[in-house]
Amino acid sequence: MGNTHSFRADKLFSGYDNKTIIQGIDLEIPKNKISVIIGANGCGKSTLLKTVAKLIKPSEGDVTLDGKAINKYPPKQLARILGILPQSPVVPEGITVADLVGRGRFPHQSLFSGWSKKDYEAVEEAMEFMNITEFANHDIDELSGGQRQRVWIAMALAQQTDILLLDEPTTFLDITYQVEILDLLTSLNRKYGTTIVMVLHDINLSARYADYIFALHKGELVAEGKPSDVITTDLVKSIFDLNCVVIQDPISDTPLVIPKGRYHVKS
Amino acid sequence: MNSTTDSKKRLDLHFPKHFTIILVIAIILLVVSIITSLMLGARVVSYQELMDGLFYTNQDSYGANVVRKRISRTIFSLCCGVALGIAGVLMQAVTRNPLADPSILGVNTGATLFVVCGITFFNITTAGEYIWLALIGASITAVFVFGIGSMGRGGATPIKLLLAGAATSAALSSLVTAIIIPSAYAQDQFRFWQVGSVGSGNWDSIKIFIPFLIVGLFIAFLSAPALNALALGDDVATSLGIRPGVLRFFAIVAGVVLCGTATALAGPIGFIGLLATHAMRFVIGPDLRFLIPMSALAGAIILTFSDVVGRLIASPGELEVGILTAFIGAPILIILAKKSKVRSL
Repeated sequence: MGNTHSFRADKLFSGYDNKTIIQGIDLEIPKNKISVIIGANGCGKSTLLKTVAKLIKPSEGDVTLDGKAINKYPPKQLARILGILPQSPVVPEGITVADLVGRGRFPHQSLFSGWSKKDYEAVEEAMEFMNITEFANHDIDELSGGQRQRVWIAMALAQQTDILLLDEPTTFLDITYQVEILDLLTSLNRKYGTTIVMVLHDINLSARYADYIFALHKGELVAEGKPSDVITTDLVKSIFDLNCVVIQDPISDTPLVIPKGRYHVKS
Repeated sequence: MNSTTDSKKRLDLHFPKHFTIILVIAIILLVVSIITSLMLGARVVSYQELMDGLFYTNQDSYGANVVRKRISRTIFSLCCGVALGIAGVLMQAVTRNPLADPSILGVNTGATLFVVCGITFFNITTAGEYIWLALIGASITAVFVFGIGSMGRGGATPIKLLLAGAATSAALSSLVTAIIIPSAYAQDQFRFWQVGSVGSGNWDSIKIFIPFLIVGLFIAFLSAPALNALALGDDVATSLGIRPGVLRFFAIVAGVVLCGTATALAGPIGFIGLLATHAMRFVIGPDLRFLIPMSALAGAIILTFSDVVGRLIASPGELEVGILTAFIGAPILIILAKKSKVRSL
C-alpha cells in the first residue's frame, strides 16, 4: 500500500488579519512518511499546518497537491485525499462514538445518497483500528481523554484520506496515552502508507516517532531532515533558546534532548 | 444468518437509541392532537359528528360543520408547527448554540418591523401581502446580521452571529415601537397580528403556506448531513469538504423562509422551535438527519395541543396560542436548560 500524492508548499506566507506569521516557507511533504513540525510556542507550527490544510488562506504562495493548488479542488474531492484533525474540535452534546466517527464519511456521500455499505465498513474498520469498537454506542462524554482522542482520530480515519494532518494530537494527554496515540498513528502509516504530518510539543517523542522533521523558528523553516540529522545541540539552542545535551535514546537510538537549566547541574 | 444480524447491529449503531419507540409515540401523539383539535373547543363534538364532518359531505348537521371548519385550522396549525420546529433546529445548527431560535438572529423582529411598516404606511391588511413584507423583512435582517457577524477574523462564527442578532433585534424592536406609538389605527391592526394565533388559519393561508414550506423542508433535509459535520466545528467541517459560509447561508435562508412565513400568517409564535428541538434532542440525540424531521413532528404536536388547550381554558372564548406557548415554553425551557448542561460555544 502507499500513495503517490505530491504535496508541497511554495513561497508560503500566511497569518491572521494583517499579521504575517509564516514568512515564506518552501516545503515538500515526504510521501508515505510521518513528518513532525517542531518549534517554540508562537513560531507558526499550527499556522503552517492550518495553511497547508486550507483552513487558513495564504496571503502569498501556493499549497499544491499533485501539481494543482488545493483551493482549485472541489472541496469534497480534496477532502477525500487530505484530512486534518484540528486541535480543539467541538463535541456536540450527547453524541455517540459511532455517530461521531460516521460523520467522517461526509466527503464520500453525495447530496442525495444515503449511507452505503462502504460507509458502514469504513466506520467499523476505523473504530476497530483505534480500539474503540466496544464503546461504539456510548456517549463521548463517558470516555476518558485518551479514549476521546482515539475517537477523533477514528473519525479522521473513516474519512479514508491518503494524507492526514494532525494539530497536536497528544496535547493534554497523560504520557501513557501520548505513546498509545503515536503508536496507533505509526501503525496507520505502516499499514496503509498514509502520509502523516503533525505538530507535536514534545521534542523527544517527535524525534522518536518522526521519519522527517521540519523545524520552524519565527515563521521560517530553519532545518529539515531525519531526526538524527536535524536535532542537535545547536538547533535546540537556536529555536528554543535552551542549552541542552543531545544523547542517543536508549530505546530507539533516536536523538534524546536533555535540557540544561540553571539548577540541578552536577559539577 | 450471521450477516443479517451483523447488518442489523450495524444499523442500530447508526440509529438513535430507541428510535422506533419514540417515532411510534410521536405519531400517536400527533394523531391524538389532530383528533382533539377537531373535536374540542367552544363546542365539543361527538364521535358521530366527527365522522360525519370528515367523511360524509352530505351530512349537514351543526356539529359536522364545526368539524369541517376546524379542519383548516388544524392543518394550518400543523404547518406552522412544522415550519417553526425546523426553523428552530436550523438556527441552532447554524449558530451551534442549543438555545438559539429564529428570534435570536433578529429574524422575527425584522419580519415584524416590515409588517408594521406595511400596516402603518401602506394600509396593508391581508395575509397575502403580510407574507411578502415579512419575508423581505426577515431576509434583510438575516443578511444584515450575517454581514455584521462575518466581519473580522474567522468569518461568521456562532458567537458573533448571536451578538449581531441580539443587538439588531433590540434595535429593530425599538423601531417597531416608535412607528406604532403615534398611530392609533396601526396599534389596533397590530394587536390582532402581534399575538400569534392559528385561529385565523383558513384554506387560503394554507395555500400560501405550502410552497414556502416545501422549499424550506427541501433545503433543511438536504443540508442535514453537512450540518452534522458543521456541528464538529468549522475547522472539521472544512476538512470534510464543506464551505461553512455557504452552508450557513443556505440553512439560514431555509430558516428565514419557514419562520418568516409562519410569522406573517399567524403572527409571532415564540418558543416552538426552541421547545421542539430541545425536547427531541433530549430523547434522540444530536444527529440532525433524525433531529430535523422529528423536530418538525414535535413542533406540529406541541403547537396543535397548545391551540386546543387555549380553546379549552378560555372557553367559550379563546386564548391565542402565542400566549400559551410562551407560558408553557418558558418554564420548560428553563428546566431543560438547567438539566442538560448547555455547552459553551
